[in-house]
Amino acid sequence: MIRASNLSKFYGGKRALGPVSFEINDGETVGFLGLNGAGKTTVLRILACDLRPSGGTIEVGGVDAVSDPHEVRKRIGFLPENPPLYMDMTVVDYLSFAGELRGMARGQVKRRLPDVLDITDLADVAGDVIGTLSHGYRQRVGVAQAIIHQPKFLILDEPTRGLDPRQIVEMRNLIHDLKQNHTVLISSHILTEISQTCDRLLVFGKGKLLGSGSEHELVASESEIRQITVTVRPPQGEDPKGAIRKVLAAVDGVKSVAEPYEQGGGLSFALETTKDCRAEVSRAVVEATLDLIKLDYARSELENTFIRLVGGADASN
Amino acid sequence: MRATSIIYRRELGAYLRSPFAWVMAAVLLLVNGILFQSQALAGEQLSAIVLERFFYFSSFLPLFGGILLSFRLLAEERQNHSMVLLTTSPVRDSEIVLGKFLAALTFFAVLLALSFYMPLLIKVNGKITTAQVLVGYFGLFLMGAAVLAIGLFASALTRSQMIAAVAGAVITGLMCILYIFAKKLDAPVREVLQELDLWWIHYQNGFMRGVLNLKDVIYYIAVTYFFLLLAVKTLEAKRWQ
Repeated sequence: MIRASNLSKFYGGKRALGPVSFEINDGETVGFLGLNGAGKTTVLRILACDLRPSGGTIEVGGVDAVSDPHEVRKRIGFLPENPPLYMDMTVVDYLSFAGELRGMARGQVKRRLPDVLDITDLADVAGDVIGTLSHGYRQRVGVAQAIIHQPKFLILDEPTRGLDPRQIVEMRNLIHDLKQNHTVLISSHILTEISQTCDRLLVFGKGKLLGSGSEHELVASESEIRQITVTVRPPQGEDPKGAIRKVLAAVDGVKSVAEPYEQGGGLSFALETTKDCRAEVSRAVVEATLDLIKLDYARSELENTFIRLVGGADASN
Repeated sequence: MRATSIIYRRELGAYLRSPFAWVMAAVLLLVNGILFQSQALAGEQLSAIVLERFFYFSSFLPLFGGILLSFRLLAEERQNHSMVLLTTSPVRDSEIVLGKFLAALTFFAVLLALSFYMPLLIKVNGKITTAQVLVGYFGLFLMGAAVLAIGLFASALTRSQMIAAVAGAVITGLMCILYIFAKKLDAPVREVLQELDLWWIHYQNGFMRGVLNLKDVIYYIAVTYFFLLLAVKTLEAKRWQ
């Protein structure tokens, strides 16, 4: 289990993270989601004992990462945003070096290598110099170095960054395989990427933890907020916009009515509602002798939830 | 020590695979040979003086070679992002620094060994003692170790190899001319600065002439230890930044 409590990090006088607290259970695959600069990489680097936190505590498998980083490093495999590769080494030499650095005996590394090459599909290029490999292969070598010592926890920072669509699918499949034997932590700013791979998401923004839970839970927590867009033909007369807004705002379940905009010869009003009140809205429009042109309904999906959470963080800063 | 040995092997392998290291070694040895031919062997002189002059001109091997072999050691790792592999492995910062330093020192020792044919020529054609040769080489080796440590410290400061090379060269250069500054000052600052000089006092007045002084040995070991320690502390400090 990973337990972070009031974790914070300052770069100079600037707060880059926290305080944030979270727990990750064994066997989980957790996605760290957030825009660039949200604090994901900082958290992951602290977890990998590459950075020391400015405050708070962090326990990995019951071991304090600040007071005993050596022990934690043995339990963690880390693939940073830029894979830590030596371009002049062959894949096998590099993986042997990485394994020995992580405390494995030479014999152990030798026995482990075929499995790692198989899992990461690197057997064909095992004798090649890393500098001659494609970006996709280099990323795989990066994953291979992270799993060579069979760590309990695997941290992957933007593992699909810079990969082409085919390589992204391959990397996704690889991560899916790794989930069987590791607790996996993945960071990304690409929503679809992370939602397809992870059991649970931690949403970061401006160094703060904005939300946590499965995709379903995150969406459900926001499910009270729905959006209905009504387009009506504007009637003749003074201040038609104000009159229509008044009609819509009076409908049971409508929380707010945004400023209208013109669309397809009509006026469109975005309503934020606390329930699905399409029937009530359409009835109110007709009873007010307005011509209803269009009625759109949007549930708060993960993407909307994410934007809402991140937007909230921006607003509070 | 195990991690030091693993890093040492990788780093030494990197030197042996690197065309830059071999080209640099070839150029330094070529210049050394030319200086030996044109300067040390110029005119009719006692063979002991020729040897002394050989060691005088050879001191550019540790001064230049030390910087050229060390400026990339940590800066390149940061620039290429490979440093993360070391810093997220169960390895102490001191083991990283020591492994890299020993690899550079080994390559430097090979470089020195390749220049050995020149004093051998003097010995065959003249009258010098083996001890004088060995003391001279011991001095070059110790000065090389000190300059490598300075370069390694400079390399720990930045991710830019260029800045690391310049910083290492500036520190080494300043330490080599402390003697000149010292002469313009009053005691006791003069004595302190003189004793800190990297080239004139401890090399030219001792090892170069075949004189083995314990204080000179201790001086070079102390400078090496001091800058290696600074490199370790710099790496540790980077984790807090």
